[in-house]
Parts: sequence; structure tokens; C-alpha cells
Amino acid sequence: MTSSAASLSRSPTTSVATRVLVNLELVRWHLTASAFWLVVSLLAGLAFAFQFNNLYPFPGIEWLSPGRVRMVHTNAAAFGFIANAFIAGLLFAIPRLTKRPILADPLGWVVLGAWNLILVLSAGGQLLGYGQAIEWGETPIFVDPLVVVGLVLLVVNLAWPILQTREQGLYVSLWYFLAAFAWTGLVYLMGNYLPQFFVPGVAGAAITGLYIHDLVGLFITPIGIGLMYFFVPLLLRKPVWSHALSMIGFWGLAFFYPMQGVHHFLFSPIPMYAQYGAVVATIAVEIVVITVIVNFFATLHGRADAIRGNLAVRWFFTGMVFYAITCFQCAFQVTLTFQKIIHFTDWVVAHAHMVMFGVFGFWIMGVAVELWPRVVGRPWVYPRLLTMHYWMTFIGLSVMIVDLTAAGLVQGFSWAGLSHWGESVVASMPFWWVRTVAGLIIITGQGCFLYAAWATARGPARVVVAAPLVTPVGVAARV
Amino acid sequence: MERFGASFLIAGIVTFFLGFFLQGVLPVLTLRKMHVTTTAELTRTVTPEFTQLASDYPEEFQRAFGEPTSDNFARALETGKAIYIAEACWHCHSQFVRPVSKEDLRFGPVSTPEEYQNAMNLPHLFGTRRVGPDLIRQAGVHSNDWHMAHLYDPRSVAPYSVMPSYPWFFDADRKPTERGLALVAYLQWLGSWTEKGPQTIYDVRQAALIPVSASAAPASAAAAPAAEKGWGDDAIETP
Repeated sequence: MTSSAASLSRSPTTSVATRVLVNLELVRWHLTASAFWLVVSLLAGLAFAFQFNNLYPFPGIEWLSPGRVRMVHTNAAAFGFIANAFIAGLLFAIPRLTKRPILADPLGWVVLGAWNLILVLSAGGQLLGYGQAIEWGETPIFVDPLVVVGLVLLVVNLAWPILQTREQGLYVSLWYFLAAFAWTGLVYLMGNYLPQFFVPGVAGAAITGLYIHDLVGLFITPIGIGLMYFFVPLLLRKPVWSHALSMIGFWGLAFFYPMQGVHHFLFSPIPMYAQYGAVVATIAVEIVVITVIVNFFATLHGRADAIRGNLAVRWFFTGMVFYAITCFQCAFQVTLTFQKIIHFTDWVVAHAHMVMFGVFGFWIMGVAVELWPRVVGRPWVYPRLLTMHYWMTFIGLSVMIVDLTAAGLVQGFSWAGLSHWGESVVASMPFWWVRTVAGLIIITGQGCFLYAAWATARGPARVVVAAPLVTPVGVAARV
Repeated sequence: MERFGASFLIAGIVTFFLGFFLQGVLPVLTLRKMHVTTTAELTRTVTPEFTQLASDYPEEFQRAFGEPTSDNFARALETGKAIYIAEACWHCHSQFVRPVSKEDLRFGPVSTPEEYQNAMNLPHLFGTRRVGPDLIRQAGVHSNDWHMAHLYDPRSVAPYSVMPSYPWFFDADRKPTERGLALVAYLQWLGSWTEKGPQTIYDVRQAALIPVSASAAPASAAAAPAAEKGWGDDAIETP
């Protein structure tokens, strides 16, 4: 593979030693793909939100039915927007941390093409009525094998430099990346195959709950946190505050996170010991992740200037604030007491948006703000648009979270009070209007960002920015 | 550093399987002796609603399924479930009744594991959100005609509803096609195995309220607010 792969490479030489460390073109196209799927997800979400205002823009069109469009919204967000951006971040971070390039650049292009082909097939399949009844895994059954192959190729390409590096110690980011590489494929296989073909009913639901949870906890969270451990010290030019805390955070997450899936189906017919276990493990992991949050804020301590002056750091900071709120909220809402009222309501929808967009979406925005000028070789034009992007996204999302959380309480108490079902729907109407408006603000913000990114990339003269070959200062971990 | 790096991969695999064992395998083991019913076994008895569909829409039913036999009922259930999944009904309707939040009063008996040990729950359709009500006790709550009208134009029978309409389940004459018939057969099957008793809020309120307001207002007080809002026959009513 190596010789044929290298001959296809854009790199002028075939020797590994002189290959360009970071393939910025690959990073660029993964970021571009991420932006494309962000737009798809936002538009699908907006259309679905309009359904709740009885203003759906495409009524009576079968392949644009709101139920099908909702699947595109969540899948494009998780596997399009977040996954593509994460791959871009990994393609940038891993070679710089290991001082070794990825296994093969052509393989990187294959993964880029394959992953986005999977996304197109998945969205198309869902719109045409081939969605799968697994939450966050609505990818049609015929696409699932392709996803597994794509994941394996991705992992081989990216794990190679980590396993080959001769650095003295593996930096904490790489622990998270390696664990995520092991987890992601297993989680996907488990969630998309066992409940679909082998395990019916209640036990299948337990496994689906595990899949819903693990997708966020074992794929998105570790890569997101790993990228934060890389980018924050890099941009601040100072080491992570405490190595010990980062160890506690990693091992606590690795131990407790995989054992709490059933908390998505509390008070269901799933055996009660599994439900209690999930609740306890969830509260445990929320306590453990406080170490990650403390470590991050302690690293930022004394650098308020960076939060003001560096937009990427500001995105990271805001995302971490949302992360702290999310984890705090999680430890409470997972209890049976809260679940009586909030389960099945918009509270959960608010929580999902805070995690997926408020935390990981915000971190991705920070990464994109930092990486885009590097990959296109030009500094940002229209920095004001970037500031507007930040504020509109922050305000829009905050309004949406508060609004849907409140709506969830209204719905939950309406149901518990045995009001007619219509009462809960009618009472939700104003909240659903606010949600739509908040969504429009978020979308306008992303429009500012995408225009600025396009204008930045458009310029004819391409000045190559030499990326310095440094790992984050003083952070090589020794275990 | 190969050994060192591999240790994180191994840690990932070990912790995954530990969690998978506790949260996935143990429930499977707990339920292993519970018989998994096949669709053929489930459909030995045809629901009255399915038989009635054959007389409600004779031509359409004949074209789609022929006679309301067990085999054809099984086919209708499979098709109906596939449509339920394709349209992602399960994103806005759950399929289990919890023992809290007075759900047993609203929907009916609390769900138990054996109800889900069958081929129709592969994959299960528990759902995680209720924009509309739970559906696992749906059998016989509404008539076939109500369901058809509701699928064609939800607000014609439930004016507050935000459910989309599904005109592609109907032909040019607004008669249900195979898809419409199959989906209604599936919805009317959900919970057909539970005993129907005076246990939902509709019946409980009726029993509780009639003696109080018997002389003055025979129409139940509970029904009044819903009736004032014109919420149709989905509102609380006398059985």
C-alpha cells in the first residue's frame, strides 16, 4: 500500500521522513464538508421547528415529511457537522502531537469521500423512507456496513502515528483519541445491529439506550475533550494546569461513561437494577468530569485577555461553560425524581441541543476559527462578522435552551396534572414560537460565519503559513 | 511507545465491554427465559378492528390484503410497523406506560417486559419524546374512521394537534391505500392484548364526577373545558 499510496499523494516525495506533517488540504475539505452538513442540519431543524408552529414549508410532500426531515437534522448534525469537523481536528492535532504524519494521505482522501458518501446515502435513504428505528442511528440498514468500513479506515489512518510515535510520553489528548478509536466502531456495531436483528423488546431497548448514550459519551465527548486539551494550551502558550486531574478525568470517564445507557429509559419495563445502576454511574461520571472542567478553567485562569481577544479561545471558554452546566444538570435530571416530570418533554430536547451544539458545536467553531486561516493561507477577512457569529449563536442557543427547558416543565406538569393532552400542546405553542425565532438567530449567525469563511478562502494569492512544528508547551505527559 | 499506546486502545475495549455487560448483557440474561413470540403466533387471533377495516373499506381492503385472515393480518402488521418506522412516528410518540406521573390513569396499565418479547419489537419502538400521546394502549381507543381522518388531516379531529398530515396513505378518492390500512391495523393492534377496564382517566373522571354533578349537569364537568375548546371526540367524553 505504501508505495502506491505515496505516489498518489500530493506530497512531492515518497519518503515518510520528508512528508508534510499535516495535510492541510485534507483538513480544509473536512472543514468544508462539516460546514455543508451544518447547513443541511440547520435547515432541516428549522423546517421541523416550523411544523410545531403549523407553518411547515413543504406540507403533503412525502419525501419532505417532517418526521423524515427530523432524522436528517440529527444525523447531519452528529455524523456530518460534528464528525467531519472532528476528523479535521484530529488530522491537525495527531501529527503535531506525535511528530508523524497519518498512515497515508490517499487513504485520508478515501475516508473523506467515503464518509461524505455515507452521509449523502443516509440522508437520501431517510427521506425516501428507509430510516432505521434506532435513535441517533437512523442510518438506513444498507448503509450501516459502509459506516463500519469507513470507521475502520479512519481509525487505521489516524491511530497509526500514535502507535508509532517515539515521543517520550503520550499527551493526554492522545489517550482520549485512542480510547475513542476503540469505542466508536464497537458502539456503532452494537447499537445498529443488536436491537435491529438479534435482541427484541426490553433488552433491545437497554442496548439502544446504551447506543444513544455511548455515541455522545464514547465518540463525541472523548474526541471533543481531547481536542480541547490540544488547542487550549496551544493557543494560550501555557501548559495544562494539572496533569493529575487530567488523568483522573480520563480514567473516570473511561470507567463510568460506558455503563449508563439505560438512563434514557427510566421507569420503562427494563429491569430496575439496570436503571438504578445507570443512575448511579451517571452521577459518578458527572462528579468525575468536574476534574476536566476545573482543569480547563484553571488553565485559563489569569488569561481573561485571551477570552476577550482571541475568538477561538472565547468559543472554547463558552463551550466549557455550557459543558459545566450540562454536567451539573445531568447529575440532577438523571434522578428518578426529575425523570417523573421531565422525561418525554422538551427539557430533553433542550439538553440535547446544549450538549451537541452548545458544547461540541462551540468547540468546533473555535477550532474552525483557528484552523481556517491556516488551511486557506490567508487571515480572516471581515472579523466583525466572526464576532457577530459568536454573539448570535450564543444568544440564539441560550434562548433556545432556556425556552425549551421551561417548555419541558410546562409539558411535564400538564401531563402529571392529567390535563387533556391538547392542553400540553396548546401551552407549548408560545415556547415553540420562541424556539423557531431562536433557531433563526442561530442560522443568521452561521450565515455570517460561512460568508466570512468563503470570502477568506476566495482570494487569489495564497500565502503559505508555515505551521510551527511544536507540541503544546511543556505538556508532554509522563506516566 | 507501541505498547504504551496500545494500552489506551485496550482500556477502551475493556471499559466498553464492562459497560455493555452491565447495561446490555445482564438485561438480556434476566429476560432469557421469557418466550419470544413470532408474528405468526401473535396474529392467531385477528383484532376486531382489522376485521372491521375489511368492512369499512371493502374494495381497498380486498385489493390490499384480500380477506382478514391471520396471514394477512401478520402481513398488515409488518407493513404497518415498517411505515411507523419510515415516517419516524416513534420520534413523537412513545410506546410504554410508566408507573409514574399518573400515566396509568391516562393511558392504561403500566407496561411490563413480556409485552415486548415478540417479533414486532425487533427493533423495539419505545421512543424518547411525546409530542403526541403514548400509543401502546391505543387499540380500540378510537375508531378506524377516526384514525383515517386523523392521518389524512390531524386537525380535522384534534384541532390542537401539530401532527403532519399523511396524504400519501390515501388514493385520489381519499380512500386509504395499503399503507393507510396497514398503519391503522398496526395502531389498533398496539395494546390489544391488555384487558380493557375502567382504568383510564376518561373512565375514572366519569365515575368520580357523575355523582357530584348528577342533578345539575349530567354532562360531565371534566368534559366541559375540552368541549368548549372544540377539541372534538378526542376530548374527554362519556363512553
